[in-house]
Amino acid sequence: MAGSYANSGEYIKHHLTNLTYGQKADGSWGIAHGADEIKEMGFWSINLDSMLFSIGLGMFFLWLFHKAAKKASTDAPTGLQNFIEMIVEFIDDSVRGSFSGKNPLVAPLAMTIFIWVFLMNFMDLIPVDLIPWLAGLLGVPYLKVVPSTDPNITFGMSLTVFALVIYYSIKMKGAGGFFAELAFHPFPKFMMPINLVLEGVTLIAKPVSLALRLFGNLYAGEMIFILIALMYSGGWILGISGGFLQLGWAIFHILIITLQAFIFMTLTIVYLDMASQTDH
Amino acid sequence: MNFNATLIGQMITFVVFVWFCMKYIWPPLMAALEERNARISEGLAAAQRGQQDLEEAQAKVGESINDAKQQAQEIINQAQKRANEIVDEAKDAARDEADKIKVAATADIDQQVNSAREHLRKEVSVIALAGAEQILKREVDANAHAAVLDDLVAQI
Repeated sequence: MAGSYANSGEYIKHHLTNLTYGQKADGSWGIAHGADEIKEMGFWSINLDSMLFSIGLGMFFLWLFHKAAKKASTDAPTGLQNFIEMIVEFIDDSVRGSFSGKNPLVAPLAMTIFIWVFLMNFMDLIPVDLIPWLAGLLGVPYLKVVPSTDPNITFGMSLTVFALVIYYSIKMKGAGGFFAELAFHPFPKFMMPINLVLEGVTLIAKPVSLALRLFGNLYAGEMIFILIALMYSGGWILGISGGFLQLGWAIFHILIITLQAFIFMTLTIVYLDMASQTDH
Repeated sequence: MNFNATLIGQMITFVVFVWFCMKYIWPPLMAALEERNARISEGLAAAQRGQQDLEEAQAKVGESINDAKQQAQEIINQAQKRANEIVDEAKDAARDEADKIKVAATADIDQQVNSAREHLRKEVSVIALAGAEQILKREVDANAHAAVLDDLVAQI
């Protein structure tokens, strides 16, 4: 399918461009064509594809689990119910293992992160050209189907987690306690500025690493899928070996997407646990 | 990496989803799981109790059987004792009865002997009288000599 593009560079670029809606340079509102127009739109524009798939997958997750929650009873679970309860127990175990305090928010938060991120990552396993091609038939010029390859999405989640970390730090330790943690550690009090810089970097590194780890992994994975997809236009020998490569990378990617979802969830729990600990 | 309003959209979506999950998904699922855990452990405990009850009942049954056996043995022993006693009593009674019969028979025999003897005595006295009559060739007044004859009879 790369054949319809002028060259492979354009193909790659096209696959990495979001469907962005915003105000164009001439003042009219509309969908941006190409990276330059997206840049001109500035902050007040929105990636329709990322939002659509992110919300859609989130809704799917909530619908599925809500269905299970409504049917939940003490009788022996069957089929889907069993699967959902297995996930719930797995997450409950993870939270109990990493989070020492009592907070009704942490477990649902962890579950939302794990399932949602997993589903968003899972979009990566759908052949890269399939959905953009279908959308193209409907007249949609750009479509990035994996929301977690959009830094807006990953930072949106990590910054929310970061806000919760700050909130619980202040709530559990008090504003003074939180400041003390940042200022009087690891060196004695008289070296406060150095402490503030060090701890500040540590604090800021949490959401940044959380978001960039997920984004980087998925972006790179998506990129490799795109590069493999390029081989299909290189004759039948390259095409067949590309098929095997795609299969291999997809199988390996199943591990990556699950792992990334799990890491995001676990680190969130750990950060919130650190924020909630008063004896420091 | 272009940051735009998608960031804010995602944050809002995230918050809403977590809120929904916290409100409508997590609590009922956890409640169901915990309730089921409780039910399972209750069931296991009940099973164990049942096992224990069964063992106790079995022990009780064994005890009862032993008791019954012992009682039966006692009853048999008593019955045997009683039977022996009855046999002994019967023997004694039979012996007594036999003695009584023997005594009665003896008395009867004695009486018959006596009556026979009496009869004989009378016969003898009559014969003696007849003999004496013949010898004396004269009538002896039986009535006059009754005292002598009775004397004779008593001597026989």
